[in-house]
Amino acid sequence: MRRTTVTVLATIGGIGLMLGLKSLQTATATTAADNSAPPPAAGTGGATTPAPAVTGTYTGDTVDTRYGPVQVRITVTNGEITDVTALQTPSGNPRNEEIAARAVPVLTDEVLTAQSANVDSVSGATYTSDGYLQSLQSALDQING
Amino acid sequence: MADRLRFTEHVMGTVFSFDIRDPVTAAIRSAATEATEWLHHVDEVFSPFRRDSAVSRIARGETTPAKCPPEVADVLAMCTKAQEVSGGWFSATAGGRLDPSGLVKGWAIRGASDLLYAAGARNTCVNGGGDLQFRGAPAKGAAWRAGIADPAGPGGLAAVVVGTGMAVATSGTAERGEHILDPRTGAALDGAGIASATVVGPDITWADAYATAAFAMGPAAARRWIDTVEGHELLLVGTAGDLWVSEGLRDRTERDLLSEIVDAAYQP
Repeated sequence: MRRTTVTVLATIGGIGLMLGLKSLQTATATTAADNSAPPPAAGTGGATTPAPAVTGTYTGDTVDTRYGPVQVRITVTNGEITDVTALQTPSGNPRNEEIAARAVPVLTDEVLTAQSANVDSVSGATYTSDGYLQSLQSALDQING
Repeated sequence: MADRLRFTEHVMGTVFSFDIRDPVTAAIRSAATEATEWLHHVDEVFSPFRRDSAVSRIARGETTPAKCPPEVADVLAMCTKAQEVSGGWFSATAGGRLDPSGLVKGWAIRGASDLLYAAGARNTCVNGGGDLQFRGAPAKGAAWRAGIADPAGPGGLAAVVVGTGMAVATSGTAERGEHILDPRTGAALDGAGIASATVVGPDITWADAYATAAFAMGPAAARRWIDTVEGHELLLVGTAGDLWVSEGLRDRTERDLLSEIVDAAYQP
């Protein structure tokens, strides 16, 4: 049974936090991180008002990684992410394709599962794919316009 | 004044995320900056991947702990304690080279959490690459909920541990490949039937080191051992998907949130 998520902020903001993204909810409150390092995520955020319970698809920026370009598209239904599609993943040599083939489904599953379990944080999940996350962040940023 | 502050920081080769559930005072904002600076400082001193870190220089015999900042000796003393408590299953030299990372990350998380606490943030979560230090509660009368990643189904959760003021650390082979070494042989461990070991305690410094030790010693020994470590509890996820939790966790563990995953896996 999947618990219904309460609001778009709890949902998308919570996922962003778990995956290490700048969350929509606190996009203006990231000075601590921003002061000491370049912002890792694309987009400027800047949300100060609650996001509406949006529905639509949002395409993230293409992010160049050392393995190749990464781009994701998210589908949001009533404020809940219902799908994450990788439009571009690294290709060109077998190793890059292998990494992409493993990482993208893992990260997508994590996005979808994290919001369904109503947890504050996850122990044991350490995978970080910066390109994927940056593109996802830029897609999330668009939700606020 | 905002009543919540969340931010992330990429450091130590992973992502740290902070979730502060207190009115965000100027002191707390300042402590948040200090906490991220602290993590970078720890990385500079303790990273085995930085040639110029104190740990790398000690490992190459170029300096001694006594000549390094006092925190280096403090950390090595904590590693020795973790080694003693775990009967040698935690070791800062498991690979034949000094690498206290198995304790340093937890200690760094705790230090960040302490900085926030001292500034008045009493209800916080600091997540360092999947190791968690919770303080206080997420809301009045509520408890924190820590998902335990399912090692078999990446993206899924094997269980949820509920509590206030707790630390949760997980070790295993699933996320980053086999990276826990047998202190006796230096060889990578396969877990002897466990996919991940989670230790829950008050302080992530020790929970992190003890999770590594519990995974290394294997399920049978880990179950007996955890009863001897006061204030700490153990959750094991088997390679067959089975779940085992120590006595003190039984009322604090939820298994049925994602029933399609967990019902099949749970063997009472």
